[in-house]
Amino acid sequence: MAIKDYIRQRYFPQMWCPGCGHGIILNSLLRAVDELGLDKNGIVMTSGIGCSARISGYVDFHSLHTLHGRALAFATGVKLSKPELKLLVPMGDGDALAIGGNHFIHAARRNIDITAIVMNNRIYGMTGGQYSPLSGPGKKATTAPYTTIDNEFDVVNLSIAAGASFVARSTAYHVLECIDILKKAIQHKGFSVVEILSQCPTHYGRKNKEGDAAQMLEFQKNTTAKLGSKALENDPTLIPRGIFVDIDAPEYCEEYDKIVHRAMKASQNGKPEEPLVNPLIQQSCVTQ
Amino acid sequence: MTDNINSNSVNDNNGINPNNINNGIKTNNIKFIQGNEACVEGALYAGIDFFAGYPITPSTEIAELLSKRLPEKGGKFIQMEDEIASMCAIIGASLTGHKVMTATSGPGFSLKQEALGYACMAEIPCVIVDVQRGGPSTGNPTHVSQGDINQARWGTHGDHAIIALTASNHQDVFEVTVDAFNLAETYRTPVILLFDEVVGHMREKLVIPEKGDLPIVHRLRTSVRKGVDYHPYLPREDGRLPMSDFGAEHRYNVTGLFHDMWGFPSNNPQVVRELLHHLVDKIENNVHTITRYKEHYLEGAEYILISYGSSARSAIHMAKNRRERGEKVGVLELQSIWPFPEAMVREKCANAKAVIVVEMNMGQVMKEVKACVDNPSKVFLANRIDNKLITPTNIKTLLRMIQGRGV
Repeated sequence: MAIKDYIRQRYFPQMWCPGCGHGIILNSLLRAVDELGLDKNGIVMTSGIGCSARISGYVDFHSLHTLHGRALAFATGVKLSKPELKLLVPMGDGDALAIGGNHFIHAARRNIDITAIVMNNRIYGMTGGQYSPLSGPGKKATTAPYTTIDNEFDVVNLSIAAGASFVARSTAYHVLECIDILKKAIQHKGFSVVEILSQCPTHYGRKNKEGDAAQMLEFQKNTTAKLGSKALENDPTLIPRGIFVDIDAPEYCEEYDKIVHRAMKASQNGKPEEPLVNPLIQQSCVTQ
Repeated sequence: MTDNINSNSVNDNNGINPNNINNGIKTNNIKFIQGNEACVEGALYAGIDFFAGYPITPSTEIAELLSKRLPEKGGKFIQMEDEIASMCAIIGASLTGHKVMTATSGPGFSLKQEALGYACMAEIPCVIVDVQRGGPSTGNPTHVSQGDINQARWGTHGDHAIIALTASNHQDVFEVTVDAFNLAETYRTPVILLFDEVVGHMREKLVIPEKGDLPIVHRLRTSVRKGVDYHPYLPREDGRLPMSDFGAEHRYNVTGLFHDMWGFPSNNPQVVRELLHHLVDKIENNVHTITRYKEHYLEGAEYILISYGSSARSAIHMAKNRRERGEKVGVLELQSIWPFPEAMVREKCANAKAVIVVEMNMGQVMKEVKACVDNPSKVFLANRIDNKLITPTNIKTLLRMIQGRGV
């Protein structure tokens, strides 16, 4: 299918600034969906609030544009109530990890089959360039005229610690790598996180003198390196890209289906439910 | 003495009188349970498929029970990370075509307000139970209050309309819960069930109606065929908006921004004005059909007590007692608080010497009554705000003062 067949052209032109990285990420995402041959009726895109969140309006899937930070909570309701749907949740860095931080770690902890895409441009763009939990210290923003003193999250480490079973990072510059990673993330059964470094020349780039969009893309190329590459070995200050975690782990909706199966069986038999915990294990816990 | 059930009351829908129902009813349909359990039974009767919640006293029993009962019928229960997420999750589940509910109390109800506004704006059917406890803030988790009346109305920001129902006994808790699901589907709106700690935790008899005894409103789905444009936010002539489930053939956008008939964001002044009117009018213009109330000893009453929830139990007790002594005292029990049934209250109170609003807050419903009756100076407040259930004696004390008979 042509990429334009995945887009609601009625709503174009899109509202992103010239040079924004989000359009490139949208392109990669749609190519990933196309290459996987997914049915548009089987995809729900849920987003929160911010520049990144507007992505959901432009795609011809079921789309749910929600509240700031809450996209994963809405997505959890959609997914658990209809597990056959594919959930794609693009979020900005502030959306996903400031106001939405709690929902993010809990969705990861449950390992519910949702693909979270963190479009990280290290700034609040829509409100005009305030620092985010991913800006890091020493950066300028409209709410940090004397530079930031806040440390940033490492999205990859945070996601791994929270229990995501697929964790990857790429950039808007590395389009082909992005498509490949997104395809794997979407196919992965469980909570998958893809952090994609994006550029905001309008706010972050201007405030921090990182140049125009092309220079910022160049920066993404020069400051990152593939996992296991010679470049990364030689210069550990580079930001690693690639797939950090890809493991099989019990998926939330599948586990809940087992609960349903057991509960239905128990209620039909009119017998009490089998104990969840082996009594011997319980006893040893008590003695300790 | 008669205890009239008004024709507009929810009880009238089924013809069941809980006072003389013993014969001909299967005994396993008779329960002796908490109000929170009665709410769960009502939700199951109405066809709940999905519940998301977070533990909070005094509503937790609702989550506990549904965590057992929902999977037994193939439904889903999830304990989310907070009340915000619970509210968001039920909205998501409603969009896939399921009947959904969440339950909470004071502080949790505050957290739900953000997504509750989203459900108003995006017109998502859902039911929110608020088992009221003492507030503000953490307040008094294990004791009763009715202080969330105005929060139910105006807790979320911006102009909007809302439906809030309440009940004073378990039979009514069951029936208004069924009703809440029905109204949510009919008007595509969140519906709030304003119970309180006394009703929630008190145990009394509930007779579960047989299937078919109470009407159930199913979701109105679009008849627009695949390949034909479906407009999710284009009301039919009767004002209703047929829905299409996420995952079905129609793909559309849902947003909390002002939106056009496609569901796409718009700041066109005409689109904004018309949508806001639609959101408010669909409920306010139907106040007569949404209004639920009961009359107790109201015929010829000179003194009318207006009450709801657990405080209505004390008001009814007191009125019965006074009637037995020949005093013309009656109770107008509200079962729908929002939209406020102004015309009905005005009409019922037209000939009263005095109207006493009995509630456990600082006059939240009293202010509504004052605003709608012909003579606001005859409206008085009998209340308790110490998180203890108001007693018949508390009410009688005020009544005697109004009657000029001393304390």
